[in-house]
Amino acid sequence: MAVALEKPVETDVAVRLADLHKVFGTGRQAVVALDGIDLAVRPGEFVCLVGASGCGKTTLLNLIAGLEQPTSGKITLTTSRPAVMFQEHALMPWLTVQRNIELPLRLAGVGRAERAAKVEELLSLVRLEGTGRKRPHELSGGMRQRVALARSLASAIQGSADGKHALMLMDEPFSALDAITRDLLQAELLRVWRATGTAVVFVTHDVREAVRLGQRVVLLSSRPGRVVDQWDVDGLTGSDELAAVDTIAAKLREVISSHAAA
Amino acid sequence: MPRLDETTQNEKVTAEASAAEVDGAIGGLDALDAPTSGPQRSRARRISAALLPPIGAAVLFVVVWQAVWATAWLPEHQLPSPSTVFDVFWGLVETGQVWEFLWTSVHRAVIGFVIALGIATPLGLLLARVKLVRAAIGPLVSGLQSLPSVAWVPAAVIWFGLTDTTIYMVVLLGAVPSIANGLVAGIDQIPPILPRVGKVMGAGTLANARHILLPAALPGYLAGMKQGWAFSWRSLMAAELIASSPELGDGLGQFLHNGMSLFDMPMVITGILLILIVGVGIELVVFAPLEKVTLNARGLRKS
Repeated sequence: MAVALEKPVETDVAVRLADLHKVFGTGRQAVVALDGIDLAVRPGEFVCLVGASGCGKTTLLNLIAGLEQPTSGKITLTTSRPAVMFQEHALMPWLTVQRNIELPLRLAGVGRAERAAKVEELLSLVRLEGTGRKRPHELSGGMRQRVALARSLASAIQGSADGKHALMLMDEPFSALDAITRDLLQAELLRVWRATGTAVVFVTHDVREAVRLGQRVVLLSSRPGRVVDQWDVDGLTGSDELAAVDTIAAKLREVISSHAAA
Repeated sequence: MPRLDETTQNEKVTAEASAAEVDGAIGGLDALDAPTSGPQRSRARRISAALLPPIGAAVLFVVVWQAVWATAWLPEHQLPSPSTVFDVFWGLVETGQVWEFLWTSVHRAVIGFVIALGIATPLGLLLARVKLVRAAIGPLVSGLQSLPSVAWVPAAVIWFGLTDTTIYMVVLLGAVPSIANGLVAGIDQIPPILPRVGKVMGAGTLANARHILLPAALPGYLAGMKQGWAFSWRSLMAAELIASSPELGDGLGQFLHNGMSLFDMPMVITGILLILIVGVGIELVVFAPLEKVTLNARGLRKS
């Protein structure tokens, strides 16, 4: 597939988080959002972070994306600049679908002809052929989120042109969509992920979604955010998949209940 | 009816729908979910719907004017008939004098407006993005908007005499605060997620301003420009009316001033009408289409 990454250099870790701490505020009002997170993501791996509200999932993504700085600890990225997809589509309302998708390429100084070719490929990858000239407000919620996916892919692939691995950070990208659309977009995301081989760190509060999409599910506790447990859920189907959802959901309930007592 | 548990034998197939199935389902969903545009009215009907009400209102106004004049409630030199005013107006057009007045005033207003734009744009960006600048002069710039720019005329005359500089000074003091405030409002209304998206895509400060902040602030900026134009035009008229002298040439303000000196009511009304026509004309010809294009592109307006 033409969109697939060019031969990446072989490294066994795409992202490594070592003893990561993040504290907001100072003194008595200080809130510990992340407390000693250790996590490694392999190139091309699909990792889902699950946790209740306030577990610092979004903070963790922001740290990896470079939008915020950790209080202490170390983030090592062997990938190119991570692409980020948010819960809102965050498309530029004044740009057409095509211009939205090529925006990261324009910012990186890619030439016009090359941009147009890339956008064509990406549009067909997310099955939006023929909508390149429309504006975001003319699309449905699911279509907008696929445009946002295509834009993140453009950003990820642009960075990986020099042979580095690609990384996508996704912050509950489907949680604002209706159930039918969400179901279809999850299938779409898996297909696109397999086609491009990018590593994905996917944040969600939906255990079922995490088990369906991820190869590995990481459960975070809330305030302070710590890694409680992780499960290998790669290739689980049928009753195994349901059992995994039950196990993880039970653990999540246990973590949440501990807050009621405190 | 198929039994549900039959499918569990083939979990792999049912759990992950085939690519073709997803393809079809997504296509169907797109067709169902995409917002549809409403029925379009014909061009002729849209134009008549836009033009007829204002024309009707103007006709009604002239009819009432004629009726009041016919009662001879006010003396002729205070309230002339519509036809007398029209004769004065037509006389100006026939002798070509009207173009001289219009050119003198409009080119001043346009030059003043362009200079104001050049000053107000960087000022607005600074006000919107630099906290210290906003805290220091933000209230002053908002306050200047409520100060009638005609109040600057005496000061400007003392500083610069009866020259073009005086006139531009007054126009600038009228227009710059409006445009700057419009830009600030436009930038304040940008959803914070958009500059964040720019940042994660690797846009620096300048690229963020060029590709994200300015286009996102355009609706507010345009509203400020529209108001800025109105302020330029009325400041210019105030300046021409008060600082009227032969060296300054004949603009619409001077024409109005002459009408007052000669106690010539038809001339005064003609002057007012010309000022109104230019103000409304520029709004309709320049700003309304710009605004329409900008808002339509963003889906902010039902056309």
